[in-house]
Amino acid sequence: MLDLKNIRKTFNAKTVNEKVALNGLNLHLNDSDFVTVIGGNGAGKSTMLNAIAGVWPIDQGSIVIDGVDISRLPEHRRAPLLGRVFQDPMTGTAATMQIEENLALAARRGERRTLKAGISRVERNQYRDQLAALGLGLEDRMTAKVGLLSGGQRQALTLLMATLKKPKLLLLDEHTAALDPRTAEKVLQLSEKIVTENKLMTLMVTHNMRDAIRYGNRLIMMNDGKIILDIAGEEKQRLTVENLMSAFFKASGEEFANDRALLS
Amino acid sequence: MNFSALLNAMPGAIAQGLIWGIMAIGVFITYKVLDLADLTVDGSMATGGAVCVMLMLNGVNVWIALLCAILAGMLAGLLTGVLHTAMGIPPILAGILTQLSLYSVNLAIMEFKANQGINVTKYALIVSQRNVRSADLGNPIFTVLLILALLIGVLYWFFGTELGSALRATGANEAMSRAQGINTNRAKILGLMISNGIVALSSALLSHYQGFVDVNMGRGAIVIGLAAVIISEVMFGKLFRNFALKLTGVALGAVLYYIVIQIVLWLGLNTNLLKLLSALIVAVFLGIPYWKAHFSVNRAGKGGREHA
Repeated sequence: MLDLKNIRKTFNAKTVNEKVALNGLNLHLNDSDFVTVIGGNGAGKSTMLNAIAGVWPIDQGSIVIDGVDISRLPEHRRAPLLGRVFQDPMTGTAATMQIEENLALAARRGERRTLKAGISRVERNQYRDQLAALGLGLEDRMTAKVGLLSGGQRQALTLLMATLKKPKLLLLDEHTAALDPRTAEKVLQLSEKIVTENKLMTLMVTHNMRDAIRYGNRLIMMNDGKIILDIAGEEKQRLTVENLMSAFFKASGEEFANDRALLS
Repeated sequence: MNFSALLNAMPGAIAQGLIWGIMAIGVFITYKVLDLADLTVDGSMATGGAVCVMLMLNGVNVWIALLCAILAGMLAGLLTGVLHTAMGIPPILAGILTQLSLYSVNLAIMEFKANQGINVTKYALIVSQRNVRSADLGNPIFTVLLILALLIGVLYWFFGTELGSALRATGANEAMSRAQGINTNRAKILGLMISNGIVALSSALLSHYQGFVDVNMGRGAIVIGLAAVIISEVMFGKLFRNFALKLTGVALGAVLYYIVIQIVLWLGLNTNLLKLLSALIVAVFLGIPYWKAHFSVNRAGKGGREHA
């Protein structure tokens, strides 16, 4: 379970660039929720994910996962609860390290790092199987540097890394936005497969309305640092891009300024 | 010009190069593995020698003195690490602050004298310049090679462990490391401590080798370290992929650096101009990858147009 209560975050407070990014945000997620998050640029979607991950401290409010208040914990101490995939394929992996080394790092998320070998033979075999399941041929390139992989391959690897150790919450931050449409589709399907197989509580930010409707059991729309629309279950299945748009206009009372959202 | 004079100077150049090679391995760990330019080394390159020599002059066993020297270097790294991570000071500035403070600290360790001699006939020194041309195992070149082999072995093992991998990850991608639960601040502090411990080891050996410790002996150390790292990258970059080989390459880089210096001196360069030359070498080698990238883009552009 995830509980966000009255979260506030202002960037560049008391300057001309002041931006209220999260403005009293409340959200409750059940363990079985796969939630897609949409909204215009600057609505606070990524900011919400970064607040949960602890990239910077929030100004106010509380973040509770399964009864544990993580609001004041540093980023690396929240990591055991979270799996994260980022928009930029470069962010989620260490380019100068091998594929298997990246996986071994992820497999030790939340554990004390000791003077034991960084990777064991048993692990290697396990990774080979798991990489094979991605269907990208990475199982034959386990000692290749991750920097040699394509963006799509890196996102698939990051996805595997994020879920190698089952997290309480999976955060997907526009993780297909930097990929070409066909690769994006593949990575999305892979994400859904991993989420369903592991029954992961998931927040997926996307710019693509159709993807937001197609994936997950619940959809939330953000505007001005708050959630303005929350649709789940059958009602979500009946959604179309058109009525999502009109719902947005009704809820926000303003033009949906984001071209990308309009076009998709 | 007398060629045999140059040949005669070679064993000394090699021994010095190997000792500085240990120091360059320390620089490699911060500069290449952790991706931090750490200027603490200009200070810790004198601290190690100061601690080791002063302890020995006061009757402490040579190996215990050496261990204390390494610990002192690690303490210097710890200070830079804390300045950087706990106080948010940029790493270069944090290193400069430590380095500056170490100048006073080193003087204090040396009982406020600019240098302190230690005589090889009275003290059990690990290496000495006096034996650099001897053909037996007492030759400092053998001893330093042995120490280098041990050091490279230990580092190769360490950077393959979970903890060592976390350090490498921190240098490769901080955001990813934190997302994977690595305390990147602690990793940086640990890396700086290891690096400066190695530099202090080199410093202690150098003071043994030359028979004295001087408060200025670390001045410009970072440049020599970088020179070794960069020379090894340019010369052996394609050849040495394995981590242990890379460390070996760095030590060889330092040896090459000292051989070049020796040749330049033999050609008649004024010793006082050496630091200018060192800076020049490093600047040029740092520029090479940039120029390569810049000019190859231009060439590709031209080629593209021709074939279009």
